[in-house]
Amino acid sequence: MDTLILEPSLYTVKAVLIMDNDGERLYAKYYDDTYPTVKEQKAFEKNIFNKTHRTDSEIALLEGLTVVYKSNIDLYFYVIGSSHENELMLMSVLNCLFDSLSQMLRKNVEKRALLENMEGLFLAIDEIVDGGLEEQQLSKIEIFCNIINVFIINFDQFKASLLNKSINLYNFYNNIIF
Amino acid sequence: MIKKFDKKDEESGSGSNPFQHLEKSAVLQEARIFNETPINPRRCLHILTKIIYLLNQGEHFGTTEATEAFFAMTRLFQSNDQTLRRMCYLTIKEMANISEDVIIVTSSLTKDMTGKEDVYRGPAIRALCRITDTTMLQAIERYMKQAIVDKVPSVSSSALVSSLHMVKMSFDVVKRWVNEAQEAASSDNIMVQYHALGLLYHLRKNDRLAVTKMLNKFTKSGLKSPFAYCMMIRIASKLLEETEGGHDSPLFDFIESCLRNKHEMVVYEAASAIVHMPKCTARELAPAVSVLQLFCSSPKAALRYAAVRTLNKVAMKHPSAVTACNLDLENLITDSNRSIATLAITTLLKTGSESSVDRLMKQISSFVSEISDEFKVVVVQAISALCQKYPRKHSVMMNFLSNMLRDDGGFEYKRAIVDCIISIIEENPESKETGLAHLCEFIEDCEHTVLATKILHMLGKEGPRTPTPSKYIRFIFNRVVLESEAVRAAAVSALAKFGAQNDDLLPSVLVLMQRCMMDSDDEVRDRATFYMNVLQQKQKALNAAYIFNGLSVSVPGLEKSLHQYTLEPSEKPFDMKTVPLATAPITEQKTEIAPMATSKLPEKLAPARQDIYQEQLAAIPEFKGLGPLFKSSEPVQLTEAETEYVVRCIKHTFGNHMIFQFDCTNTLNDQLLQRVQVQMEPSESYEVLHYVPAPSLHYSQPNSCYSLVRLPEDDPTAVSCTFSCTMKYLVRDCDPNTGEPDDDGYDDEYVLEDLEVTVADHIQKVLKPNFGAAWEEIGDEFEKEETFALATVRTLDEAVNNIISFLGMQPCERSDKVAENKNSHVLFLAGVFRGGHDVLVRARLALADGVTMQVTVRSTDENVVDVILASVG
Repeated sequence: MDTLILEPSLYTVKAVLIMDNDGERLYAKYYDDTYPTVKEQKAFEKNIFNKTHRTDSEIALLEGLTVVYKSNIDLYFYVIGSSHENELMLMSVLNCLFDSLSQMLRKNVEKRALLENMEGLFLAIDEIVDGGLEEQQLSKIEIFCNIINVFIINFDQFKASLLNKSINLYNFYNNIIF
Repeated sequence: MIKKFDKKDEESGSGSNPFQHLEKSAVLQEARIFNETPINPRRCLHILTKIIYLLNQGEHFGTTEATEAFFAMTRLFQSNDQTLRRMCYLTIKEMANISEDVIIVTSSLTKDMTGKEDVYRGPAIRALCRITDTTMLQAIERYMKQAIVDKVPSVSSSALVSSLHMVKMSFDVVKRWVNEAQEAASSDNIMVQYHALGLLYHLRKNDRLAVTKMLNKFTKSGLKSPFAYCMMIRIASKLLEETEGGHDSPLFDFIESCLRNKHEMVVYEAASAIVHMPKCTARELAPAVSVLQLFCSSPKAALRYAAVRTLNKVAMKHPSAVTACNLDLENLITDSNRSIATLAITTLLKTGSESSVDRLMKQISSFVSEISDEFKVVVVQAISALCQKYPRKHSVMMNFLSNMLRDDGGFEYKRAIVDCIISIIEENPESKETGLAHLCEFIEDCEHTVLATKILHMLGKEGPRTPTPSKYIRFIFNRVVLESEAVRAAAVSALAKFGAQNDDLLPSVLVLMQRCMMDSDDEVRDRATFYMNVLQQKQKALNAAYIFNGLSVSVPGLEKSLHQYTLEPSEKPFDMKTVPLATAPITEQKTEIAPMATSKLPEKLAPARQDIYQEQLAAIPEFKGLGPLFKSSEPVQLTEAETEYVVRCIKHTFGNHMIFQFDCTNTLNDQLLQRVQVQMEPSESYEVLHYVPAPSLHYSQPNSCYSLVRLPEDDPTAVSCTFSCTMKYLVRDCDPNTGEPDDDGYDDEYVLEDLEVTVADHIQKVLKPNFGAAWEEIGDEFEKEETFALATVRTLDEAVNNIISFLGMQPCERSDKVAENKNSHVLFLAGVFRGGHDVLVRARLALADGVTMQVTVRSTDENVVDVILASVG
């Protein structure tokens, strides 16, 4: 097809997307100008979602970009890179994102839990990808533990107070955090 | 409010989005609590999350409101809540481009990045670098250097990554951190190593020697990080390409050794690097192909995909190398991931034998409806390539394509199919009738105007020459009745071609034209009236000039000339010959092989190129009044690739003059050249009128100087000439780092290679879609014929290519392709000679011991005929 030699660069990731099962954007971050306006971005997301939400096949080529993806319950995770990019590198970013989220949400990776921990997601993606560069990767999990610890500590405090007042634990947790 | 949402959620039982109905103004209103004391970390955190969420949804924040929120947020630095602080960093990064005066947080961030909390330091560095500009960078330089070599991997990584972002902005400052980056590269942490390597490469990429050294060092010492290995492989393959190093070079050995790495990522990167090397032989490919073959049976979809995609690329250049994998690929046809299945099948189509084609086609049709349009296009391209390889299979393919054409699909997909059918028709005369029939059927129900007009054009071109042209008329006239304006107009043009070519159809066509003249659209009426009148004349020459072979001028050029003409009223009629000619569609021959994505670009750019030159040259006062630009040649290199100065020349031909544009590049960073000009010594009676020097030539910034030459008027046959060229300039030594030149310099010169002007520079390519008609149109008034023996040429193909490149004319009627196993061939060439005279050349070639060539030249000007014959001999 082409004898293009890759410019050696650390800029691997073009975008990271998370959508719900209606194809609504929950999180989207574009790291370059492939889709400069919100309108183009939304159109692209719609296209991706339509092409991928029915199949669970991990990887696809769309609009000349390599898209690696993963779905879990009602969430769809996408990492997008150039079609010349090493697919396995993109995959490792996606896995890292998913693993850290599942650790943070304690294996409960679904829309509701994610929305309740939105700031955790923001921080996680910031740690994983910085301006299109893969950042931290595997080593980030340690860093991440810090955030998770904060959550767990908070949670335990609530639990203590909740038991006294015998209120539905789940509800209380929601109301306090959000 | 929030409680309400939750209750609703529980009722509906699904997790709806608490952020769904956020109002920007309400959130900004809420942000006021940032100013409350004591700070409530949880609420503030929630509001920051909302702000970032809004930014993320693409909400637009005005500068004032963003600045206000930003300033309120800065107060949150007083809180020691970890998550809140980190969200602050994130907000700073997100708002860095929208808010004003973001630099006020510099001191807080600097404090955090040097503080004791490791959790803060990494993000603080990244946030700080986002808001820092070149002048501020100096102030934090010391901290950055420390951070790069920090023991904590996240801090070091953050610093390295941020430095990399800063390279774009202030290369010179970051360059001073090379030693620190070097130290970080030997870190134990894999990410630090990767980022350090990336930074080091970017700092040194202009210095090939340093990159080579760096590679040598790391290949010897070995790295831990698979990412770093991937990076090294990329650097190595780029270096290999630049140095055009052979495959015995240590760099290649390194890449090959990576095929045995324990990380799949590295193995794949190495295999893909080898596959993408431009001059790779089958033997060198073998190890790469065998690892890819292993990947084909991996349980990971991404790995299978990567492997098949790369094998697909190998199959384009070395189909035989992939044959070994055919069995694995056949297993992948049933893969649950349709992308993988499609790639596998297209690869098989490229490598498979003629006998397997039928079976494969059946398998494709079973799942073609399930794959995305992108992949359907890939399939169509594979079929197109297959048709060229096995022309005998065209009936199977044609059937398959027509079935695909009937299915639903987007424009790109349909266009790929139509292009493919058209290229089959053009390649293979046997398939013409079936192909045209399928296309006719398609336009009966086609929603894409572009495709309908394209097919109508095709029908007009090919239809009249089939045994029964009358059957196409019905399809075409149906379009006139049913379609939109653009399609109707195209249908009228197609009809006219039938009328012009087939005398027995002419009366019926005239009747149909008459009806078209009452069309509701003016373009359709105009065309019908025009063709009606031309056809009624019943003159072959008129038909040829106005129906078969349209205008060959460039459209923007025509527009400009007409505009010019209306500005300066004159008695003289407008002269078509002053309009620059369209550069003949050079890409046309290639499009059927090249993939869609790449073929689209050159088509758009090619005609524009000459117009750009025209504008550039018109801006130089010395070159006023030369008339329109007739032709610009492809650049000719006048120096070796790796010399101190790189010079290439573009020859611009005008009516009676030529301008030579020398694009010079200075590759020495310690020199500044001034008053650069290229002195030219002609061998013939060409006269150099003017030199326009380039005022200065900085390191690696190309600049152009020009020479204006008058062509000899008294001897019109003197078309070829050799110029010996010398570049003269004033050298001023300068500091390689700052670019500051010394005060005084000295004159110097540099001898360039000779520049040749040949007959091809005087002829512009023009495509005559109907060569026979054009041949008759010019007539035999100035016809001359001569026979030559080409003793050195062994094959017809070679002879044809030599003639085309020598004369620089456009081959017509696909006569540039020599049928296999034939001893004779006729080549048709068309062009326009400088001054606007049409030239047509018919060359009959016969293969005996050498090649014998009988050349017949026709033109509207006698001199031109002489020039061509003289130059051939």
